[in-house]
Amino acid sequence: MTTLPLLTLLTLIPLAGGVAALLAPRQSKLSRLIAFVASLLALSCAVLIWAAFDTGKAGYQFGEHVDWVPSLGVYYHLGIDGLGLLMVMLSALIVPFAMLASWKIEQNSKLYFALILFLEAGLFGTFTALNFFHWFIYWELGLIPAFFLIKMWGGPKRTRAANQFFIYTLAGSVAMLLAFLAIYAATGLFDFTQLAGLAEKGSLDTALFAKLGGAFFTSKETLATVIFLGVFLGFAVKAPLMPFHTWLPSAYAEAPTGTSMLLTGAMSKMGVYGFLRILLPLFPTQMRAMQTPLLCLAVVTIVFSAAAALAQRDLKRMVAYSSINHVGYCLLGIFAAVQLTSDSVAWTTEKAAALNGVMLQMFNHGLTASALFYCVGLIEQRSGGRRGLDDFGGLRKVAPVFCGLMGITLFASLGLPGLNGFVSEFLIFKGSLPLVGWAAAVSTLGLLITAIFLLTILQRVFSGPLQNRWAGWKDLTTGERLTLAPVIALMFVIGIFPQILISVSNPTALAILKHF
Amino acid sequence: MLAWTIYISFLGAAALVLLPAENRRAARFTALLTALAGLVVGLTGAVQYERQTPSGDVVDLVHASWIPDLGIHYHLAADGVSITLVLLTGIAAVAGVLFSWNIQQRTKEFFALYFALIGGVYGVFLSFDLFLLFVFYEIAIIPKYFLIASWGSTRREYGAMKLALYSFVGSAMVLVGLIAAYVVSGAHTFDLLELAKHSFPAPFQHWAFLLVFVGFAVLAGLWPFHTWAPTGHVAAPTAASMLLAGVVMKLGAYGALRVAMTLFPDGLRYWQNEIALLAVIGIVYGGTVALVQRDIKFVIGYSSVSHMGFVLLGLMTLTQIGLIGAVLQMFSHGIVAGLLFAVVGRMIYDRTHTRDLGELQPMNLNALAPFAMVTFVIAGAASMGLPGFSGFIAELQVLAGAWSVFPRLTILAGAGILVGIAFMLRVWIKAFFAENDTPKQAVHLEPTTLPERAGAFLLLGTTVLIGLCPGLLLNLISPTLHSALFQPLLKGGLP
Repeated sequence: MTTLPLLTLLTLIPLAGGVAALLAPRQSKLSRLIAFVASLLALSCAVLIWAAFDTGKAGYQFGEHVDWVPSLGVYYHLGIDGLGLLMVMLSALIVPFAMLASWKIEQNSKLYFALILFLEAGLFGTFTALNFFHWFIYWELGLIPAFFLIKMWGGPKRTRAANQFFIYTLAGSVAMLLAFLAIYAATGLFDFTQLAGLAEKGSLDTALFAKLGGAFFTSKETLATVIFLGVFLGFAVKAPLMPFHTWLPSAYAEAPTGTSMLLTGAMSKMGVYGFLRILLPLFPTQMRAMQTPLLCLAVVTIVFSAAAALAQRDLKRMVAYSSINHVGYCLLGIFAAVQLTSDSVAWTTEKAAALNGVMLQMFNHGLTASALFYCVGLIEQRSGGRRGLDDFGGLRKVAPVFCGLMGITLFASLGLPGLNGFVSEFLIFKGSLPLVGWAAAVSTLGLLITAIFLLTILQRVFSGPLQNRWAGWKDLTTGERLTLAPVIALMFVIGIFPQILISVSNPTALAILKHF
Repeated sequence: MLAWTIYISFLGAAALVLLPAENRRAARFTALLTALAGLVVGLTGAVQYERQTPSGDVVDLVHASWIPDLGIHYHLAADGVSITLVLLTGIAAVAGVLFSWNIQQRTKEFFALYFALIGGVYGVFLSFDLFLLFVFYEIAIIPKYFLIASWGSTRREYGAMKLALYSFVGSAMVLVGLIAAYVVSGAHTFDLLELAKHSFPAPFQHWAFLLVFVGFAVLAGLWPFHTWAPTGHVAAPTAASMLLAGVVMKLGAYGALRVAMTLFPDGLRYWQNEIALLAVIGIVYGGTVALVQRDIKFVIGYSSVSHMGFVLLGLMTLTQIGLIGAVLQMFSHGIVAGLLFAVVGRMIYDRTHTRDLGELQPMNLNALAPFAMVTFVIAGAASMGLPGFSGFIAELQVLAGAWSVFPRLTILAGAGILVGIAFMLRVWIKAFFAENDTPKQAVHLEPTTLPERAGAFLLLGTTVLIGLCPGLLLNLISPTLHSALFQPLLKGGLP
């Protein structure tokens, strides 16, 4: 093992790159290049961590633990497990992809690329920090750049979209902050691993009640549930879980392509990550007690977002709703895994399948959805801003390569076997069906509707008669092909050898299951 | 050592009066040197104190008899809390001078009054004799009136007069309370540490506490006695609003903690819940009113009321962590509000001659004044209490303390944070990032000057530094709040 503080380095690279890009002399090309190189450096750092990661071990690796404000229980505590590693890898992959997608941005491009790098630093930090204090710094660090990316480079309704995004997410964050302060007031701890240890012994609820119980909170259960809901809200908005999703479609639709890719590819994973890293270990009792309503929300999210996508006429909004749908499967898997069962090996296998599916789905959806947004962005760019479902037709004739690549992406998104999406959705359903049959059964409806609207896109855009005005449509340039090719290749690789990811995620899934 | 902060400021003020009126440059540099000297002395004193007094006890600076017949002493002393505020004053003073670099009209008088005010503020923070403290408190009020009335803007006479009246009524209440304490104790002394040892009868404490606490808290913007704050801030010239929000409001909060709470712990516990309620009303009300203002200075003025509510809430928790948070919030708010006023007053108003959001909207300030935009966005993020800035760590401690005492109010205060985010977002969007259908007006704004940049970097650097390394200040504040002087205060609360 190296003694190099790789995780700190990982977070510092994009931060430093962002500052360097801002300080670069006036030519925008130079700062763009600096930013891209920084994102590639971060990717190589992530690859290095992946290579040195020991998949045989459960628990956190590459740990760093330094005193920060010991009097407040604040330590600079980093560590990475399978879940964190997958997310770090995903973010590291998507950022250069998103930068290539934004290559042509001319207006204030320096700031644009710097903000993307700051956002990346926020993502890396969120996925590696294990102490609430700096975890929360990174959690919010992602938000400010995202706000300005939408606000300054977005579409016509960007102001409203950016405001809505900002206020909703911060409302969730404030609820979460209050809840964590209550936990801190009761235990004096900010450290996730220590808090999880307390929760495992069942003494977290007791400590909370001993300190905060009284005239207002009269029972231990109510108090713990209120605190749980506070934290839950923060993640439910971010993921999003219906009915906390209303900020998402307009934010994704108004954001510039590169930003939409980051928002859906990496930032929406922050919410799901929070469920796995914080809610499951810290509130196992409450998760279990609330399982039925939570499952209902997950099912509603899956079915309604698919139906909403079907009803859209704007390609970007369709993809946005489909994104909610795909994240919904993750939540379904998580809520299924908390089902109370006997300790038999058979049940543990099902639960592990569900959780592995969740982690894979996070990774796969990140790849597929960002590729889809990229494709829609290409359409928008070529058509001069049009992205209506009915504006096109027959593009296959003029752009066969584009049609092929976008088709593969669409099929990956609807879960065709052999492509990445299939493996994860299969695992989630394999686990959920025996655990919570009804919820999984209703959710399959979502799969069906997804297939319908994704195929509709394929049909309306690429087949049928070619409209005259699109006769001069250009197929993908070499640069665009090279941008998309590695991502598509990854979809195949993961679809055929899912073991690459499962070997990383499985120890973490088993470790999480120990809390149940 | 620390006592020199006071003398340097008054000497600087005297030197400024003696300078020839036409030489503005000399006046500016004298002012800058005076402020810097005060800051350096403050910093040195802070480092010395932290090294030599790990216990956090009160350290005497000067202790001389003044009016022995009445038991009045010239007693200057310091502990972690007062040093923190001395540091804040030093930083705010330097920044204020930098942002007043462009004052053309009667420059030397402006700076002379400015340092008379600063000297008084240093004096309040370092006095441990109540009579002396009161004298310095009054010294700080008078120059403030003239600064606003002579160099101010919107409705300056009204703003100055309102501020002066509120301050005088508040200080009259304080005076009555202090004299009563002097008489009732029968100890024939005005010394704070002596009086603190005396346990006053409970019924006396009930009304005396209320009188003294409210008298001071008026200046801290306690709702519903806050109305001087927005009008005063709006009327004041840039440097004076920076000092008002940055330092003068802290005089009130400091007095409430140092005098009212220390002397009358029983009275404090008697009124604890009511005052905490007022504090939270202030948080939510200040934020809500800020949400609908058109004048940016009014927005920041009301936001000050909201943020000072966190100070008062933290004080009322009577827990270590809540009090630490309150003191840190005083520091943090001083820096952040000072910066916001500086951007609005100096970088925007002096150049565009308007602070009306409706009029700023079509100006495209984003492109015209990029430096002001970046500074304001970062300062706004700090004001929202986003993590990584000093305000976050302060509010975090206040709320953590409040949870165990007032769970209901804590949740309300959380809603207040959200309102705080909303009004700052509104200013961001309207002032800097408005969507304009009309073609850009061909306005050219004078570029930012070096002193402005220096001032902005000083304040931004401070809030980020404390946000990332809160230990720097916590090491000063925390031992003091664990020291013997504060123990009677915390007895009723939780550890």
